[in-house]
Amino acid sequence: MPTRLLLRYALTPLCLGLVLLVLALYVSSQPRDLIEERSLNSEYLISRTVKHLELTGVVTAFILAVAIPLGVLLTRRWARHVSGPVLALASIGQAIPSLGLIVLLTVAFVSLGVNQIAVIAFVLYGILPVLRNTIAGLRQVDRSVVESALGMGMTPRAVLWRIELPLAVPVMLAGVRTALVITVGTVALGTFIGAGGLGDVISNGISSSRNLVLVTGSVLVAVLALLIDWLAGIAEDFLRPRGL
Amino acid sequence: MPDVTRGTPEGGAADRTMIRLDALTKRYPGQSEAAVDALTLDIPAGHIVTFVGPSGCGKTTTMKLINRLIEPTSGRVHLDGRDVTEVPAPQLRRRIGYTIQQGGLFPHRTVADNIATVPRLLGWDRRRVGERVDELLHLVGLDPKTYRRRYPKQLSGGQQQRVGVARALGGDPQVMLMDEPFGAIDPLNREALQNEFLRIQAAVRKTIVFVTHDMDEAIKMGDRIAIFGDNGRVLQYDTPERILADPAEGFVTEFIGSGASVRRLSLTRLESVVLPDWPTVEETSDGETLRAAARGSDRDYLLVLGDGRRPVGWLPVTGEDRRPGERLPLLSPLGPRDSLFDALDHMLTVNASAAAVVDGDGRYRGVVEMDTLRELINTRAAGAPSSSDHLQEA
Ligand SMILES: Nc1ncnc2c1ncn2[C@@H]1O[C@H](COP(=O)(O)OP(=O)(O)O)[C@@H](O)[C@H]1O
Ligand SMILES: [Mg+2]
Repeated sequence: MPTRLLLRYALTPLCLGLVLLVLALYVSSQPRDLIEERSLNSEYLISRTVKHLELTGVVTAFILAVAIPLGVLLTRRWARHVSGPVLALASIGQAIPSLGLIVLLTVAFVSLGVNQIAVIAFVLYGILPVLRNTIAGLRQVDRSVVESALGMGMTPRAVLWRIELPLAVPVMLAGVRTALVITVGTVALGTFIGAGGLGDVISNGISSSRNLVLVTGSVLVAVLALLIDWLAGIAEDFLRPRGL
Repeated sequence: MPDVTRGTPEGGAADRTMIRLDALTKRYPGQSEAAVDALTLDIPAGHIVTFVGPSGCGKTTTMKLINRLIEPTSGRVHLDGRDVTEVPAPQLRRRIGYTIQQGGLFPHRTVADNIATVPRLLGWDRRRVGERVDELLHLVGLDPKTYRRRYPKQLSGGQQQRVGVARALGGDPQVMLMDEPFGAIDPLNREALQNEFLRIQAAVRKTIVFVTHDMDEAIKMGDRIAIFGDNGRVLQYDTPERILADPAEGFVTEFIGSGASVRRLSLTRLESVVLPDWPTVEETSDGETLRAAARGSDRDYLLVLGDGRRPVGWLPVTGEDRRPGERLPLLSPLGPRDSLFDALDHMLTVNASAAAVVDGDGRYRGVVEMDTLRELINTRAAGAPSSSDHLQEA
């Protein structure tokens, strides 16, 4: 059992490491011109990756701060009829192509800085999975458990914090994981309004017609997304309440 | 309609009223009929009152009106003389134990944490909470060392219900509301749980409202039974003895069913019955003693007692010259908490005409015979009003 668990946890980073190694070997084996050198050096790549992670972190924090309270509110008894329309609205937000959403917001809020606009756009884009899973997670909590908690004299607030939310955690975490992966992908688009992470590398490759740069940027985004998915998976295992 | 719900039944001691339902009505929004309609009922302190009736007749609703999980459309609930709306609902509920059929244990909390719920809400200190948890686990027959740290899903259904009962007892409430607490348990385990619960109640003497849809359970558990008809109307409210002897017309008779005279046997426990003596011999007796005992009695069997006067077998006596034969094993004697109905059941199961009865320590007390039971069934079916007339009670 422990070896299987170890394998499960170690397999993804091993594979991803292998992919990066192959990429590095391939890039260094190719002849590179000056334009390519400007993008394909470790200093630049690391700075873009860090920026990418920063954006992802900020966006995710905002997503959680908006989607979880909203999900909680929408599952309170008095908000029954509102939750349908709000979810529909959130779905529309996600259905708009993400690039379109960014451009739309840039036009709408010319006074805001590029970073703010990027963050707003990505937050809107990643809210749906967290909102939907928060609602689903809270709804799947056994009514009899909530009822006996109330019946024993816990206040509704205590029931929410100590019973409903902990029991909703596994479903909510799945939503957060989805949102994280979506966000890592969409953040790459930030480059088109100048709020660049690894998207900068990709766009450098496109604008200068250097496929080597384009491929490197794309592979790095993909590896990052998978790595974060892997981390979130581990977090899910550890944050899930015991006894479930 | 005569008021069937007020006052004490004749003969019963006048107990203090713990819960008083006063013209209680609940109409759920969008429903034409009230789920509970002008229900008036007094529940005496220190007793178990069972609510029994078909599904959907308003038992659960009545229960939730008492601890204010539902607010009434009209009418009042008094707990120990005070209107329940005088204190905030959460405070009120901490003084009322509550168990439901589905168990409702918190799956993400250990057994100990589940049981500690109300004590912690009441602000007890850690040590007192810990001691209370262990005490309650003992009370419901679960070893604290083994079960304290388990999670609900690591328990069997019966064990979960035990924890549910322990949790409801957590804050040492005067009143317990139990909504079909053993409804989801298989018949064999249910019987064990019922017996155990009655043993616990004998020690703690709470005021208990016990909901069930099973008449047998209502009879077994209830000091009094309230039989519900539609819309939370109480058709009859009385002791099990009197309901069985004199069921209200129509629905109640139908609901009790045809087995009323047999069911009445379940009202009398063996511990309260004087048992006829029976010829016994010691396991270690020699052949001469056995033959003497066989000749000295007119029974077809002698009861063999082992260590500590424990019944261990039957010795058949055969032939004209009353020779003792091969000993037959005796597996499980009846205990003091078993009822006459259990005795009948036992005899039918092992195909015997008599059964040995032991006291709480497993020592021989006497023998109950099929003929005695048959007599009881027949005389009572003839319409005798009370349970105690035909039995000498200890
Ligand atoms: N929350 C509710 N909303 C509407 N109707 C309800 C609700 N709860 C119960 N009822 C109705 O009230 C009646 C009584 O239900 P209940 O008290 O649960 O009966 P019992 O516990 O005796 O089976 C039933 O007809 C049921 O359909
Ligand atoms: Mg019910």
